[in-house]
Parts: sequence; structure tokens; C-alpha cells
Amino acid sequence: MRRFFDVAHAVAWRSIHNTVVNPAIIVPSIVFPLFFLVAFAGGLSRISDVPNFHYKPGYTSFQFVFVFVQSAAFGGVFTGFAVARDFESGFARRLLLGAPRRSGIIAGYAAGALMRWLIVVTVVTIAGLIAGMNVYGNGIDLFGLFGLGLGMNFAAALWAVGIAMFLRTEQAGPLIQMPVFVALFLAPVYVPLSLLTGWVHAVSRVNPITAVIEAGRGLLAGSPVKVALSFALLAAAAALLALFARRGLASAERAG
Amino acid sequence: MTREPSLIEQVAAVARRSALGMYRQRALLFFPMVFPLILFAINGSALSSATEIHGFPTHDYRAFLIAMPFVQGAMFVSISTGTNLARDIETGFLNRLALTPLRSEAMLLGQLGGAFVLGCVQAVVYLLVGFATGVSFASGVGGVFVLLALSIAISFAFASLGGLLALRLGSGEAIQGIFPLLFVTLFLSSSSLPRNLIKAAWFREVATYNPVSYLLEGLRSLVIAGWNAQALELAFGFALVLALVSLGLSGTAMKSRLARA
Amino acid sequence: MPPVSDPSAAIEVRELVREFRRGPRAVDGIDLVVQTGEIYGFLGPNGAGKSTTVLMLTTLLPPTSGHATVGGFDIAREGARVRAVIGAALQEAALDMILTGREHLALQATLQGIPAKQRKARAQALLERVGLSEAADRRVGGYSGGMKRRLDLALALVHEPRILFLDEPTTGLDPQSRAALWEEVARLAHEEGMTVFLTTQYLEEADALADRIGIIDRGKIVAEGTPAQLKAEIGSPSVEVAPVDKGAGDTLAELLSRFGALQRDGRGSVTVQLPGGEAELAEIVRVLDSNHLRVESLQLHQPSLDDVFLAKTGRKLEGAAEE
Repeated sequence: MRRFFDVAHAVAWRSIHNTVVNPAIIVPSIVFPLFFLVAFAGGLSRISDVPNFHYKPGYTSFQFVFVFVQSAAFGGVFTGFAVARDFESGFARRLLLGAPRRSGIIAGYAAGALMRWLIVVTVVTIAGLIAGMNVYGNGIDLFGLFGLGLGMNFAAALWAVGIAMFLRTEQAGPLIQMPVFVALFLAPVYVPLSLLTGWVHAVSRVNPITAVIEAGRGLLAGSPVKVALSFALLAAAAALLALFARRGLASAERAG
Repeated sequence: MTREPSLIEQVAAVARRSALGMYRQRALLFFPMVFPLILFAINGSALSSATEIHGFPTHDYRAFLIAMPFVQGAMFVSISTGTNLARDIETGFLNRLALTPLRSEAMLLGQLGGAFVLGCVQAVVYLLVGFATGVSFASGVGGVFVLLALSIAISFAFASLGGLLALRLGSGEAIQGIFPLLFVTLFLSSSSLPRNLIKAAWFREVATYNPVSYLLEGLRSLVIAGWNAQALELAFGFALVLALVSLGLSGTAMKSRLARA
Repeated sequence: MPPVSDPSAAIEVRELVREFRRGPRAVDGIDLVVQTGEIYGFLGPNGAGKSTTVLMLTTLLPPTSGHATVGGFDIAREGARVRAVIGAALQEAALDMILTGREHLALQATLQGIPAKQRKARAQALLERVGLSEAADRRVGGYSGGMKRRLDLALALVHEPRILFLDEPTTGLDPQSRAALWEEVARLAHEEGMTVFLTTQYLEEADALADRIGIIDRGKIVAEGTPAQLKAEIGSPSVEVAPVDKGAGDTLAELLSRFGALQRDGRGSVTVQLPGGEAELAEIVRVLDSNHLRVESLQLHQPSLDDVFLAKTGRKLEGAAEE
């Protein structure tokens, strides 16, 4: 077990170190959520005038939660890009050779993703507050919201790391990113679930990310809904994706 | 005995290569062509309740939104063109061309050949998807052709921009890094709501000054409004200005990059 | 200063300089003349200024100062005319991985203004000459390094130039491909009278191919001449003789002392300089034989271009790039 944590620590350290030494790496992770916050909260605020649109904290807060979840998900996705780059450059082989407990590598990458997300979410939250979002939840609610973000980031990182390890090329970028992007946007991004119509409504109803976003909006509004369900879904996703990532690692080991 | 080829021959030779390259890498073009359609499908449904806002110009949100894939697709063409030219710079292929009598303007226009072909294909695909999802043209059959022409002009304009970026930056990775900025201009426009219905004053102001808004509005006007001369003039005008400015600056950048005597 | 005009010169360079912004002088005032039909080898380590010189002479990079003419045309003022008479295979193969070999040649032929009726035949002839006819319709992305270099050479020859620039043409090639390329370059010069300006960091390449060599280091030409002249400047060949009987060293030294200066290594071997050249080797063998001295090994050492580089710069050519 100790070796597992040693390996994870080393990989996570490298991830953080690279970010500190080359802060430009983290810029896309910060810019994308900010951009969505500005574009949606700024450009689509009129949507809250649609009849039956009810969200007490207001449209900026409504969009902030989506951006919060999106930043967590994309934080994981960008980690996958870094893993793919490591394979292309050959550095991943060095890790595989040197690590006594290789599953620690996955944990290390995920931990690195988490550390980077903490920076991103701080910036995004400050931006949300500056943009005038209202926060009606209490400390426990906000802790829960943060927990949702952590779970989302962890699950997305496992997905991205798994894909990167299976494919071991930077060309895997779109395959890492697109499913996450589509899954995020097939949730109630612009209006609540009750105002969605057509096929998007049908898909959103069964999309696990819908529960996470709705739970997050509830927590921010101080009226928690679907929180237990969301955490359960995230835990299940993380467990499945951890297996997936482990299979990816095995594939990389076989390839040599 | 050799003779210097005419400008048209030179442009044709380089354009043929560019188009061939696009065709042979068509798998790579799948995502840039399909992604705008994915967004169109999702947003077309997810934002359909926007038509209930008082003053919204149409009851069919897809008719409002159909302009977006054309412009977004044009931005992808820009990146694709820029990346291909940047690769030629990085690999030294541009130097190979520079050792021939090929004129700078022929080199530039030829490189845009592939972009032109891609722009045409994309325009037809998006139009067909629009029809398939029930979008109808208030401007009739004539409007369809004008929309195609405008879409191709916009693709060409953005491709010129892509070429300029390639010549200035010289690196495919840098071009890819610029792409999010293009995306930003698309969203900071009247892509999702008409300008007069944007609530946030600062956003409305930005969208008013953003040329992308007028490109979208020109395309959109053919679908939901009919024949709106002013909207079309602005759209074609901005596309032309973007193309001319980009090509003009590209010419200077090309000469500077080649520094041939 | 206007160039001194030598009518038989294919390439003439006077005080050519190239400075980069905030950097050292990559080319620091070089002078050279390459005669028509000559293979001129430009030898130096990485970073010496070889490729920069080629880029200037092929008009792809303007010089900071100095003058040069290629094919009788000024590189700074008559670039288009220079390009019409030269072919160049630069350091990067610079090929489009998506196009086939034949398509590359078709494009090049079109851009060089070869009449449409002749393009196909010209392309086919060049493909056969460089041994790529079978791979002609495959995409270049699937070519080996040697095949890419051969295609590069074919592209440089499409318009039948008088002067050919080859910038490190065999770097990264296997010995077989290298030998094939050497053969073709030698044939172009000796049978077709083409002037070849060849840059290389490989001693044996310069030695084998070049009629004359210019050695460049840190932007300056430090030595110039035929391979034999350059080596002769440094010294004469030597012979190292190791006797079977290690105790016969004194006898051996006495026998060899008449040929030149001696050096002994303490293990019985004796090395003797041969101011008279390697022709004296036969006499050495006769002397040893007539004195019944049995020899374990006998090695002739010629001064190398590396010795020339060492003498001129104080560093070895191989390893100079690492500095």
C-alpha cells in the first residue's frame, strides 16, 4: 500500500510541479469555464424570462453551477491530454519502468487533476461572485457542492486517463473530450429540466450529469435535491471508470 | 525548355495539392464538420423554449439557430487551413515551393484551394441537415443559393484568416491554441438570441460590435425574414473585409517569411 | 566590395555574413569559389554555419552583408534567376506525406514551367533514375528515410539545373542508401557536368565525394583545398609495426629509423613517419623481410580530415557539435 501512495505522490508531484513551472498549462482549464460563464450568464440571461423558469438565486447562479461542474469535468479531460502526451514522448514508459505499484500512476494523475482543479475552481468561484451570483446555501450545502465537483473531477480524470492509456497517442484528444462535452450539454444547461422539450428532455432525464447539476443548483440555492443520488452516481461512475482506467493501464503494459 | 507558368496555372497546381490533401485526410475533417451539427442538435432542442420570449422573431428555434453551424464550420476551416500551412512551414515544404518560380500570391491563393472545397461541402451538408430538421426558407429557392454563396464567402474569409495566422505564428500547435479565441467570438455574438433580446447591456454592446453577429444575421435573415438587403450587405461586406484584410496581411507575411530576393 | 569575377566559377562568395537578431554570427565573412562541374564539400560540425550558407546561396535567406553569385547571378538582386539555375535538396526532406512520389514530381514540374507534354515523361525518367519507379504511386508518408532522400534529389533535378545544392543529404541514412546517393551525386558531376555544393558533417563523405573541401567552424572557413592537400598540410602518413617477438623492438626501431621519425609505445611496437608518402611502405616490407623480422601487424595511418580540423581549431570534428 505504501508503494502505491509513493508512486501516486510522485506522479501527482510532477503534475503540480509542471503546472507551477509552466502556468500556461492550466490556462485552458481556467479560460473555458470562464468563457462559458460569461457567454451563458451574460448572453442568455433573458432565458430566465421564459414562463415557468424558477430559480431563486438568479440566472448567473444557475449558470455558475453548470460551469462549476464543467470545470471539474474538463479538469479531468485535460489530464487525459497530458497522459497521452506522456505516452507520445516516451515518458510514460519511464513511469511504467520505475513504478513498483503501477496502479499508483493512475491515482497520481487523478490527484494531479484534482490539485489543478482546486486552482481553477477558486478562480471560477471568484469570477461568479464578481458576476453577481447569489449564494443561498449554507456551509454544509457549499461543502456538498464542492464534494460534487470533486467527484465529477475524479470520474472525468479516470475516464480521460483510461482512454489515454488505451490509445497512447495525442490523437485520442477528441475521443477523450467529445463524450464528456456531449454528456455535459445533454443535461439542463440553459433551462431547468422541466422546461426542456423533445429528445433532449428524454436524454437529460436519464443523463447522470443531470442529477449532479440539479443537486448542485439545489445546494447553491439552499434547497438540496437529489444529493444522495448524485453522490451515489458519482461513486458508481468512479468505481466503473477506475476499472476502465486499470484496464487501460494493463493495455499500456502489454504494449510495452 | 521551361517557361514561367501563368498565375492561374500556379494557383491551380497548388490548389490541387491542397484539395487533394483535404480529401485524403477526410477522416480528420469529420469531427470539425460534425461538431457544429452536434451543437445545433443539442442547442436547437435545449433552447427551444427561447421562442416563448416576447419578441422572438420565429416560432422555430432551429430556424434561428441554423446560421450557427455555417459560421462555426467556417472557423474550423480556418483552423484546418492554418494548420496545413503551418505544417508546410514547419516541414520546410514552403521553402521547396519558394525555390520554384511560384509567386507569393499564387502560393497563398493556392493554399486556400482546399479550404474552398471544404467550405462548399460543409455548406451543402449543413443546408441538407437544416432541411431534414424542418427548417424552411422565408426567402425561397433563391435564398438557398444566396445562403450557399454567403456561406462559402464566409468560409473563404476565415480560411484567409487561418492562412494569416499560420504565416505569423508558423506553428500548428499555436494555431490550435488560437482556436478557442475564435470560438469566443462566436459565442459573444447574436448566435443564441437576437441582439435586441440580449438582457445584459455589456454583452449586447459586445455583440453589436462583433462582426460575427452580422455574418450570422445575414445567413439567418434568408431563413426567417426573407430578403433583408441591409443584413445581406453587412454579412457579405464583413466577409469581404475579413478576406481582403487577411489576404493583404498574408501577402506581407508571406514575403517576410520567405525573404526571397 | 563587388565580387571578383571568375568566368569559370559557378558559385562565388565574398565576405558573406549572416547575423541573427540577438544571436551570434552564424556565417562570419566567408569567401569561396566553386568551379563549374566541381563537387565542393562544405564540411563542419552542427551549428558551424553550413545550412545557413546554403539557405543564403539558394536565396531563401538574405545575407546580412557580403556578396555572392550563383550561376553568374547575384543572390540578393537576381533571386529568380538564381532559382532558375539551381536545384536544392535541403536539410529537411520537406515532403508532403499525403502526396505520392509521382504527384510531387508533377507538382514540381508544373511549378517549374515544364511543358505539360513533357511532365509525365520527365517524372518517370527521374523516378527510374533514383530507383523509385515501383514506389512512385505510394504516399510519401510510407517511404523510408532513404526513399525520401532519393525523391528529394529527384525533385531538385526536375528542371535540369546547372548547380545542385545538397544539405547533409545522407544524414540518417543506412550505409547502402548512402552509397547509392554518393554514386548518383558523383555521376551527376562527372558525367553531366553538374556543379554540386554539398554540405556534410561526415568526414568520409567529404573525402569520398568532394573534389575540393571547405572546412567551416563557427561561421568561418578554417581550411580549404582538395582532400589530399588538406591532409598533406597536416603531415605525412605513418606506419605502425608490431613485431611478433616483443623483445625485438630495438632491432625494429633500428631498421625503420632510416625512413623517418620514430615513436615507440613501450610494448614493442614502433611507429615511423613517412615523409616520402605511402609509397615507402613496400620498401619497409622488403627491409623487414630481408632481415627476417616477423611482424604481428602492420598498419598504415593516413592523416584524416579530423586531424585537419583538430589542427586548425584545436577540437575534433566528431564531438565539436556537442560544444
